[in-house]
Amino acid sequence: MDCPLLDGRDYLKCAPDLAGSQVEISMKGKVLNPKGNFDEDESARKNSGQLPSLAAASEGTAVKHRVAVTGLGIISSLGNDVYTVADALYHCRSGVRIDDERLEKGFLSPLACVITDFAPRFPLSRKQRKTMPLYGEWAAEAVFQALHEAGLTPEDMQNGMSGIIFGNDSSCIAAIEQIQALTETKCTSGIGSGHVFRSMTSCLSMNLNVILGSKGACWTLSGACASGGHAVGQAADLIRLGRQERVICGGAQEINWQSMCSFDGLGAFSSRLEAPEEASRPFDADRDGLVPSGGAAAVMLERYDLARKRGATVYGEVLGYGFSSDGENISVPSAGGLARAMRTALSEAGIRAGDVSYVCAHATSTPVGDAMEAANLVEVFGDIKVPVSSTKSMTGHELWMSGASQVVYTTLMARHGFTAKNRNFYRGDELTSRLNILRERLDSPPTVALCNSAGFGGTNSCLLLSFS
Amino acid sequence: MTDRQVIETADKALAEEFELDVERFTPEARFREDLDLDSLDAVDMVVVLEKTFQIKIGRDPAVMQIRTVGDMHRYILAKKQEMEQEQN
Repeated sequence: MDCPLLDGRDYLKCAPDLAGSQVEISMKGKVLNPKGNFDEDESARKNSGQLPSLAAASEGTAVKHRVAVTGLGIISSLGNDVYTVADALYHCRSGVRIDDERLEKGFLSPLACVITDFAPRFPLSRKQRKTMPLYGEWAAEAVFQALHEAGLTPEDMQNGMSGIIFGNDSSCIAAIEQIQALTETKCTSGIGSGHVFRSMTSCLSMNLNVILGSKGACWTLSGACASGGHAVGQAADLIRLGRQERVICGGAQEINWQSMCSFDGLGAFSSRLEAPEEASRPFDADRDGLVPSGGAAAVMLERYDLARKRGATVYGEVLGYGFSSDGENISVPSAGGLARAMRTALSEAGIRAGDVSYVCAHATSTPVGDAMEAANLVEVFGDIKVPVSSTKSMTGHELWMSGASQVVYTTLMARHGFTAKNRNFYRGDELTSRLNILRERLDSPPTVALCNSAGFGGTNSCLLLSFS
Repeated sequence: MTDRQVIETADKALAEEFELDVERFTPEARFREDLDLDSLDAVDMVVVLEKTFQIKIGRDPAVMQIRTVGDMHRYILAKKQEMEQEQN
């Protein structure tokens, strides 16, 4: 297929249909001109955010665009800016600590990763902060970092083709605070105006939308620990379909003990208290559970041709997004669900498993979860020894945020010319020993990377990124 | 607390709540047009005044009539006087 829009690259060759099989997709020149612009009334389309050509869509034509990564933002236990975090990934530092308050509260494990020294470069007003919890402030800071890195301003987002999609699945602390306020005042009018917004799961997108003044997509996506991955994937899809030109996407996760106490009660957290920095050990035979973590990650995605046209630096490209669900168990991942998501991402981009140079694994350091991801990876890659590491060995499990932060971390590795190792991996078990898990940092960057994420209920996301 | 102290205390508390320069709290300043406060801010204004002066305002219809800083001063002074009379 020869398509000037895609610089001759064969991106449109294959795409999954509803049943997951492959279908040939063609483009019709009447919709796109050779410069990749639409011939129809552009201003009307921008204001509506609708598909460029409904007629074309009804004929089975999918209008597709490439998706560029042009900016990153991160607030994590490894640091509060991309440079600090890249340095931490390079040196494989751990963000795991002991939280004494959790000990006092009766937690089975007081291990946690926390955000320290948060001093936003882009501070919000008190009024803006009033309608968001602390993790919303982290998300806003990450978004402004990504915008700034992309060379964009909020004004560039103030049109119908620019939007926000964030992954998030709780706002626990805000719900607790509003009940405390009611208990104290004994009157709902004494609770204050901010809590209704703070306590909604969509508090991220609603606040960010108001702060930036964006006019396109605006919603928060909840998919458990795959929320961030799905948010990036859906944002990329909207751009590929021509429904958005720019989307700031990502994920955020609250860290407070209140939001983690019932999860702790399941006994899912590591209890390796004698050596906190060795507690998160994805894939290692002696892993004993995850370390809860959080923060915020933001990724600026843009239509590739438009990003190039405005002279933006393209740090990477989203080649594919695969999703699937297990339909089996509420907490135990299936043997084949994540594999289906990986295969979809690969086939959508026309990329073979052997072309993948790095897998940023979901692996959280739980005995069953890591084993099942290993089984899924073996199913997709077989004897291909693709390098694998889990950044959760450093950051802990960033839950709702993790699928998006993995995109940030992997892109940082590519940008700085290395591939991070899997901290604390010394010995594999029966399943994980079949993988090529990085015991040492590679001094070469990933070129094509898969980022896996999976969540409770068996929801799976796989993002395929390229760096060239 | 004198009336002057009540007014200064109210202005200071609200200026802090809404991150505004206290100098902008002139009697003729309109909350919506001049201080850029909206209906959600009005909810918090009540909460701040209740906490600051240990009074109960709730959904007092008189609060709905407040448009300017001067209106707020008159309301809070009347409320303080009302509370003191009840205590005596």
